[in-house]
Amino acid sequence: MESYRMAAVGEADSIIGFLALGVEIHPVTSTGEAAAILEKLVNPEKKYGIIFITETVAEEIMDRITALGEQAFPTVLLIPSNRGGKGYALERIRRIVERAVGADILMGKEGRQQ
Amino acid sequence: MKVQVNPTRMELLRLKKRLRVAVRGHKLLKDKLDELMKNFLELVEENRRLRTEVEEGLTRAFRGFAMARAVLSWSYLETALGAHRDRRGVTARPVIKMNIEIPHFVLDEEEPNMYPYGLAETTGDLDEAVRRLHSAFRPLIQLAEVEKTVELMAGEIERTRRRVNALEYVLIPQLEEQVRYITMKLEENERGNLVRLMKVKEIVGHG
Repeated sequence: MESYRMAAVGEADSIIGFLALGVEIHPVTSTGEAAAILEKLVNPEKKYGIIFITETVAEEIMDRITALGEQAFPTVLLIPSNRGGKGYALERIRRIVERAVGADILMGKEGRQQ
Repeated sequence: MKVQVNPTRMELLRLKKRLRVAVRGHKLLKDKLDELMKNFLELVEENRRLRTEVEEGLTRAFRGFAMARAVLSWSYLETALGAHRDRRGVTARPVIKMNIEIPHFVLDEEEPNMYPYGLAETTGDLDEAVRRLHSAFRPLIQLAEVEKTVELMAGEIERTRRRVNALEYVLIPQLEEQVRYITMKLEENERGNLVRLMKVKEIVGHG
């Protein structure tokens, strides 16, 4: 049982609302900036439990995010920006599933097909 | 494949024992893999459901904030939303599930007042947006947990599958091959011995 902090990374207009939830916000304007902030936040000593990052800035650092997925903390979660979701998050999960199961089971909307 | 073992009974016994262990291990691992897979598919399904729900909720809330941004300045909004508000954290408890450590997130106590600002100076759009975001928060945390579990479990499935395959296609066939080799060699020795005895008996009988 430990307490962790939460942070949101992304364009200012998208993440401003997280302030109202008591989540720290880190507004960025470029992917490079987002990558730098992410590196700072994933430091285990900083004790971040969940880091929300908008799809728009996460696009080019997807590999890093997937690599972080292999450790228990922190959890990096993609969220849509204020311009709507681009579907990267589901796409990422689809790829993870494909690697684990060896087949794409997520495609059709009709549910599982094995 | 060249088999390199001593064709002795000792070795045969040892190899048979190893083979039994390997077969048993293989069965156990295979069961584990099946169970992991079953859990995994359910989780993936749940992840997709949550993801769709959360994205919809967030997008709508964000649109509301964009509306508020059109009327209010950034710094004003920042103070209004962040004012007098403690940072809220999550408590994470590691849960062991299928031999994988996964975090279970619980949000800290919620403040009774959802709106951190005075209602007089802000617009209804903002209230609506904050309310929407609030209702999307719990599913969002849940999504974080489920998505992390999916990721960790995917890794575990990959590892387990590799081990199952190594046992099934490399170690077990190799051991079986060695056992067969020793058995045949021993039988061959036995036959050689028998023939030698018969030959000796023949020579002795003639003499």
